[in-house]
Amino acid sequence: MNKQMLTGNVAAAWGARLAGIDYLPAFPISPQTEIIETVAEWIDTGVMDATMTTLDSEHSMLTAAGGAAATGVRVFTATSSQGLLYGMEMMYALAGWRVPLVLINVSRGLGAPITLEPDHNDVLAARDSGFLQLHCSTCQEILDSILIAFRLAEDKRIRLPVLVNLDGFYLSYTREPVIIPEPKEARDFVGPYDPGTVRFKADAPISEAVAVLGGEAYSYFRYEVQVAARKALEVYEEIAAEFQAAFGRSYDKIDAYRADGAEYLFLMIGSFATKAMDAVDQLRAAGWKIGLLRPRLLRPFPDRDLRILAAGRKGIAVVDQNLSFGRGGILHTEVTSSLYGQPGAPPVIAGFVGGLGGRDIAAEEFYQMAEDLKKACRKGVQPPMRLLYTAGELTAMRKLQTIAHAVRPEGGRDEKH
Amino acid sequence: MKSIDSSFQRPRDLPDIHILSSGTSICAGCGGLQAIHEILDILGLKTVTVNASGCMSLLSVYPFTPFSGSWLYTAMASAPAGAQGVRDALDRLLAKKRISSDEDMQVVVLSGDGSATGIGLSATSGAIDRRLDFIYICYDNEGYGNTGQQFSAGTPHGARTTTSRGEHGYCGYKKDLFSIWKANHPAYLATVSGAEPLDLARKIEKAKSIKGPSLIIAFSPCPTGWHFPPQESIEIGKLAIRTGVWPLKEYEDGKVVHTYMPARRLPVTEYLKKQGRFAHLFHPGNEYLIKEMQAELDAYWACVEKSVKSSETKE
Repeated sequence: MNKQMLTGNVAAAWGARLAGIDYLPAFPISPQTEIIETVAEWIDTGVMDATMTTLDSEHSMLTAAGGAAATGVRVFTATSSQGLLYGMEMMYALAGWRVPLVLINVSRGLGAPITLEPDHNDVLAARDSGFLQLHCSTCQEILDSILIAFRLAEDKRIRLPVLVNLDGFYLSYTREPVIIPEPKEARDFVGPYDPGTVRFKADAPISEAVAVLGGEAYSYFRYEVQVAARKALEVYEEIAAEFQAAFGRSYDKIDAYRADGAEYLFLMIGSFATKAMDAVDQLRAAGWKIGLLRPRLLRPFPDRDLRILAAGRKGIAVVDQNLSFGRGGILHTEVTSSLYGQPGAPPVIAGFVGGLGGRDIAAEEFYQMAEDLKKACRKGVQPPMRLLYTAGELTAMRKLQTIAHAVRPEGGRDEKH
Repeated sequence: MKSIDSSFQRPRDLPDIHILSSGTSICAGCGGLQAIHEILDILGLKTVTVNASGCMSLLSVYPFTPFSGSWLYTAMASAPAGAQGVRDALDRLLAKKRISSDEDMQVVVLSGDGSATGIGLSATSGAIDRRLDFIYICYDNEGYGNTGQQFSAGTPHGARTTTSRGEHGYCGYKKDLFSIWKANHPAYLATVSGAEPLDLARKIEKAKSIKGPSLIIAFSPCPTGWHFPPQESIEIGKLAIRTGVWPLKEYEDGKVVHTYMPARRLPVTEYLKKQGRFAHLFHPGNEYLIKEMQAELDAYWACVEKSVKSSETKE
């Protein structure tokens, strides 16, 4: 068995290498850059046979990715944060082109203020683009998810681009032991690239991504994407089962941790869910009946799986590492709307926002969230959304401002002293 | 306007096939469409046209297309990047013998001046840096035509557009796309006009034969945006050349050659007076604008003539 200590980024590069990609259009951005550097080195040293082209921007990078995929080759690309937003126009376009490529997003908070550290506002901004989304919490899962993602994207019933998400720093730069599948086994699992009907050929001219006039034609194609995206729930199950048979690792749509017999559940995505696992262990040891749900598949949203896993619980604490200003956590909205009115749905779904821009979520905060949840369940009232921030953090911020003579009115920017 | 190497010596040498079919929703008298017709006839059937948002995005409207080759609509900013992806994929397929060489295609970008001189310039610049083997066709109708002729970086000084309605028209100056490309050593550059089909055919023939990034800027009289009757489109194309407003030129091997030297240039007013967008220039108080335009044209051509003479004496 080939087991190595790999960063999340290098694990992602291995995923691309084992999937036998033809083409990598690239543009550097932290904390993703190590992925393209790794692939570039493999290509330059002849270890890997693929074409890599550095474009002038992520918008161009995604356009080139779509153009190549529409011409009939297997395409892999990667970005982060501002880059994902810069290319966002093409995210929507590529889903409409029905090109089956795989895009890695290494999550990083969005400016302003500009930052390098992670949260999920970037990837969730792509939520409605038509890209399917897989969210990872370990380096092994990154590599494995890329192999699964190519199968999912290229499946005849789907033909949609897939985004695989990993957290910047916490996964991108963290080394973990990763089992690297045998190249032949990986290639057998992913299979050769079949461009299907999406392909430019001199003897079979085709017009792609053409304009439509009128809502009827527009709706026709948009609904088609919806049908394909929903179909992916079932197709994902088949592919994950095949993956498990081939490699022995299982990837459910929602990863449930110590959820058996749990009255309360945390619900999180990404690498910080491993912090929640630790908190669950501690709380369980203290007598709590608590577990964790970690959706891996966010698009399509695994409603049925969530409803089954949530049924009969007293409450769920949704911990969002993102913030939809003026509303709250995005996952909280998704979970609530998925469970509303469902038989056995937990009466309380509490929303917490934390871990923005790489801010830690401490064990004590998980305990506090569990307490909040329990209290709300006892009252039977949905609690208001809570933003995680400690008095200590606020004191430290104000101290810093004092030292820098940058004391400011807090809140609205136009407030006078 | 002679080119010894060209297979297009006389009008009868021009192809009698017409690749782009009729019945599109493009405006009557569109000079851009005329040029595209002529260009495609030379390029042939094996093309992938990668389109940036603009008037011509309405050529292919589901489920109809006038193209005999393939078509990919991208976005306003990134058609050259789309062309890069298509070219890279074709090269990969050829290298891996997944397609045969007769399945290969000429990759063409089709955009207006709004994309070519503005929002698409970054993607274009990248494609030139990478020596992308493609032909960029810019139909230059000197404004954002598809949205109703707002001024773009391609709008000439003094022209009235829907966003420059003041008494002096557009206060900016037309961006020199030719020189921007030239500074980055492309494979081939040319300006063309649908009103001069022989000159156009020779240039497209050349662009097709040269590997690397090529740009064709096609003069595109726009009846709806420039305000003239559709039937005068070709006449305006001819006047642009005869007044020297639209120099026909090409760049190759580090040298710019004017493929047509107007022996006795007509006054610029002959060109201006035909178009509603310049009507205000003839109002009292705006004489200086016409004078400036004429002076600028005279200076340009004096410079061209000087360089032609000096290269003749060298030879």
